[in-house]
Amino acid sequence: MGALGHYIEDEGIATTGISLVREHTEGLRPPRFLWVPFELGRPLGAPNQPDFQREVLRKSLLLLESNSGPVLIEDFDEEAPIGEDRSNENVEGWACPVNFPPPPSDRSEREVALLAEIESLSPWYDFSVRKRGGSSVGASRLSAKQIATFFIKFLDGEVENPQPEISLGNFLKIASEDIKAWYMEAATAQPGYSTSVEIQNWFWGETTAGAIFLDLNSVFEISEDPLLQYMSRSSFVPRNQRFRLK
Amino acid sequence: MVRISDLPPDDAKHLLSKKCQPFDSSPWVTGLPLKERRVAMITTAGIHVAGEKTFGFADTAFRIIPGDTKSSDMVMSHTSVNFDRTGFQQDLNVAFPIDRLQELADANEIGSVADFHYGFMGGGSKPSDFEKTAREVAGLLKKDNVDAVMLIPI
Repeated sequence: MGALGHYIEDEGIATTGISLVREHTEGLRPPRFLWVPFELGRPLGAPNQPDFQREVLRKSLLLLESNSGPVLIEDFDEEAPIGEDRSNENVEGWACPVNFPPPPSDRSEREVALLAEIESLSPWYDFSVRKRGGSSVGASRLSAKQIATFFIKFLDGEVENPQPEISLGNFLKIASEDIKAWYMEAATAQPGYSTSVEIQNWFWGETTAGAIFLDLNSVFEISEDPLLQYMSRSSFVPRNQRFRLK
Repeated sequence: MVRISDLPPDDAKHLLSKKCQPFDSSPWVTGLPLKERRVAMITTAGIHVAGEKTFGFADTAFRIIPGDTKSSDMVMSHTSVNFDRTGFQQDLNVAFPIDRLQELADANEIGSVADFHYGFMGGGSKPSDFEKTAREVAGLLKKDNVDAVMLIPI
């Protein structure tokens, strides 16, 4: 982020921005940045908090009127508000209101369990689409059930890339993000859901999809495809969930 | 958070391992008061219009985001798994505040909103890897008469 600011300012256009990792901004020393104490992924603080978001944006833009520079890092002092998702609150114990059985230990039962899991969450995903006017799911061009079947077949050794114009590794990545987004949009549409970390814990610790993804990571690890090996190390299972890997 | 001290040790170690050396120069451009500026946004969240090419690993190219794109038509294909996406999934503006920027324009706090914004994917490449595409975007911003850029990370 700081590099873009440096090069664009060097071309004659003033830049300002938000810094989430102060140490990076202090290292690069780009022209102007407002450091904010928010969670990675939420540079404006919290979803559906327009007044707070506008204030963060305003304070960053106002750095453009400062005569102090080059290199200006100011701090935004307020913590993100606790929104409807309570993601800035120290709470524990959220449980998805949709009940489904724990992931089956018998691999032959996974496809049925996964498809049933998707079926039970579908009303909440559909509600999310209506409530939010859309969805971030779609890059794989497959439905949730089609992605689920694809991953089961992949685990069973049936390797066929549905998007041959990109590499299999890239498709696996896109499809995995699609199905995770599908689950999380369904989860966050439900009333009273909790923090982003608890949603992660639910997906990786309680769902069949999460269990299958942990298995996939192990397959990627021993793959001959360097991209899959790379994904297994850093781009498939989040660092805060890697303790679940066997 | 994000204060490094608040993060799990592995996350903190990873972030601090990224090399962020200062550049040789420190450009600094001044200009009109904010209420007269035309503002574009650049995100490094891997956000782009649905249907466009998704971001790949170590992708330093950019995607054009027309200012009139509906929020429901924007997706995120960042390759990192180590940041929260549930906020973005609920409200685009927590990562790409296009509605908030328009509100500041409507209130005459900024001059106008650019016709085009730009999406990059940060995190997987060295800062210097972005020089070519950043300078290319600067040329496009000038054609859109932009004189202020808001940079938003993820």
